[in-house]
Amino acid sequence: MSWPLLLATRLVRALLTLAVLAAVALALLRAAPGGPFDQERLAAPEVQAELARRYGLDQPFHRQYLDYVAGAIRGDFGPSYHYVDRDVGSLIADGLAVTLPLAGISLVLSLILATALSGLAVSAGASVDRLVRGTASVSAALPKFALAPLLVLLFAVTLQWLPAAGMTAGWRSWVLPVLSLTLPQAALLTRVFRALWLQALTDDAVQAAALRGLSRARLIGVHALRLALPRSVGALVPVAIALFTGSAVVETVYALPGLGRLLVAAAQNRDYTLTLGLVLTVGAIVLTISLLADLLLRVLEPRMRR
Amino acid sequence: MLLMVFSVLAQAETPNVLHRGLGPEPDTLDPQRAQGLSAQILLRDTHEGLTREDAEGRIVPGAAASWEVSGDGLIWRFQLRPGLRWADGRALTSADIVATLRRAVDPATAAPYADALRLIDGADAILKGSALPDTLGAAAEGGSVVLRLVRPRPDLPARLALPIAMPNRLDGQGRPIGTGPYRLREQRPHSHLDLERNPHHWNAAAVPIERVRWHITEDAGIEARRFAAGELHLTQTVPPGRRDQLAARYGDALRIAPAYGTFFIGLNLRRPPFKDAPALREALSLAIDRERLVRSITGLGEAPATHLLPPGLGGEPPDWAGWSTERRLAVARQRYADAGYGPDRPLTLELRFNTSLVHRRTLLAVALMWEEALGVRTRLRNEEWKVFVATRRAGVVTQAFRGGWNADLADPLDFLQLYESQSGLNYSGHVDAAYDALVDAARHGLDPALRLVQVRAAEARLMQTHALIPLYFYTTRRLVSPLLEPPVLNPLDRQPSASLRFREVSR
Repeated sequence: MSWPLLLATRLVRALLTLAVLAAVALALLRAAPGGPFDQERLAAPEVQAELARRYGLDQPFHRQYLDYVAGAIRGDFGPSYHYVDRDVGSLIADGLAVTLPLAGISLVLSLILATALSGLAVSAGASVDRLVRGTASVSAALPKFALAPLLVLLFAVTLQWLPAAGMTAGWRSWVLPVLSLTLPQAALLTRVFRALWLQALTDDAVQAAALRGLSRARLIGVHALRLALPRSVGALVPVAIALFTGSAVVETVYALPGLGRLLVAAAQNRDYTLTLGLVLTVGAIVLTISLLADLLLRVLEPRMRR
Repeated sequence: MLLMVFSVLAQAETPNVLHRGLGPEPDTLDPQRAQGLSAQILLRDTHEGLTREDAEGRIVPGAAASWEVSGDGLIWRFQLRPGLRWADGRALTSADIVATLRRAVDPATAAPYADALRLIDGADAILKGSALPDTLGAAAEGGSVVLRLVRPRPDLPARLALPIAMPNRLDGQGRPIGTGPYRLREQRPHSHLDLERNPHHWNAAAVPIERVRWHITEDAGIEARRFAAGELHLTQTVPPGRRDQLAARYGDALRIAPAYGTFFIGLNLRRPPFKDAPALREALSLAIDRERLVRSITGLGEAPATHLLPPGLGGEPPDWAGWSTERRLAVARQRYADAGYGPDRPLTLELRFNTSLVHRRTLLAVALMWEEALGVRTRLRNEEWKVFVATRRAGVVTQAFRGGWNADLADPLDFLQLYESQSGLNYSGHVDAAYDALVDAARHGLDPALRLVQVRAAEARLMQTHALIPLYFYTTRRLVSPLLEPPVLNPLDRQPSASLRFREVSR
């Protein structure tokens, strides 16, 4: 398939997926008990009627859906029900402004760490290998909701080197959140990469190169890498998705206004438009990452182009 | 704790910015449209109505220097202070205040708290859409605002201190401009809000702290960690835990005071087993050891509650509050039997609450006490907040449920309204014409002494029929930095920034 045709097909498929996603999400939101204006102190009945009219909640489902899609095509995701002065587009833009850099930095760091550590594990002998594997297993097993508060207690409360939360201390605000996101993902990738290296080292072509008397460093750094790289793309996809869709846990612990935390708040508030907008954003991120991964694979693995 | 003190001393200099926790992101800074608690807190810094609350929560003059009321209690005249200004320096007029009130009851505004102003003549018709906002009984007469009420309401000044009655304008970028002691400098959504002293406020010279940064703090545990790391001078709350444990960790920084709030178990009086079953309700209420509950379960200085109105609002405990444990339990068992239950026919009950660790622990303890004393089998059922409020309001499947109320106003009627038959907050389906008549008389009466009698009589009726099972009175609790002068914690749990000041540090 040619590149333009491939891209066009994928784009159409992505848009259809998002349209279905919006319908399912809206149906689920409407079916979920408790509405956006359910509060302990309910507003006056007249006020509730006005709100329902204003937000189209008095309309049938298909009407609401079509209105939403029509707005979304124009780039208008509607007003937030909860943050009444804000529109959904600007709220999501705010969230992306935090989540994207956070995820980008964490992804790059995870990659660097995982590549270095897994390379070290397969090349520097059994004891180093055991140490790396052990550390990686512990880090991967440690949940973020435990790791993040531990980092805060150590670096913010006890040592007072870094802020405990918030975004008001410049680059220092980013250190602990990036660490909390990077460590578990790097651990996961280290284990996967290590397995891929070992697999690649047993490959016939690499074995043949070994017989030709190439150094182990060259075997690993050139021949095995060439084999392992395309396979590692597959392992990267879930990691990138986990990072770029925002971690509600890490964002909550560090009080960062990212996508994950926004989504949790939106769902709890039954903020239909904001939840829907965020679900579509997350959907678009997932589709984009898998498309990029496919394209990358086609570059790295010429056989796939056939 | 020591570390914290050291880090604080290391700074040994009076800070110029107050850092404090707010709670979740405010839903809006538009006082007429705000609903969430954090918006209601913040707006008391940036906006101000004709009246306001002082540090102790008392109603004092705000934009109005004084007010007088006609003999029949219907016409109120609020005399504005001379030279009032908005936060951007523009003159604030009595017409601006009237426009605010009209906007509050205009159905197009869809103000969640519009009900609070329904007492003004014409508001009801305007809200219903049958009259225009300019027919509201509010007039600007020179430097005065004159309000006409439908019936006498001594609580009008307290209501005018609520955000719904605070004047607000938008600047060119759509940011709110108020008339409060502070004004908004910058808002970083979901992160923080920066305020600075409003130089145009009539009392600006008496506002000690120049700048305030309100941090969005969604979780009490995280807020406490930020406090421990020296990032906050004042928290909105403290994480759940026992007072002695928290005191060991935070020392003198932990401050606890009584609040106008009651935690109780509500009962659905529309359906079995609680419909027409005062003996059963009494049995369940008497079987609970409230002392044990507040000592071992909640543990943050809460006072045991045997009636609805928190101390300071005129309520009175029933006789059985002074009984010995043995007598209380004996009567509970007797009433349980009177209601037709016993070992052969135990009561099976569903107790519903909104998901929260503290609620689960408290209600689990209650369920155990019921089982121990009476043999009642209780099933605890938790629901997410939005689901819970909808289920509780519908009153179709509920039996016993978590009730609780924190006052908006320092007024016993704020609590008593929960059991008025026509009240939207009457989740129990309580119907008692005599109770309604007492509350109504208290609401519109002009004689404070008579009002107190009516309030007590109304509460006594509720407690005699055991329409609810009170458990404890809430406390207000905060972590306060040693850099701050210890603030007066007020029972409405609101701490205006203008009432706070840093300690003077001698260098």
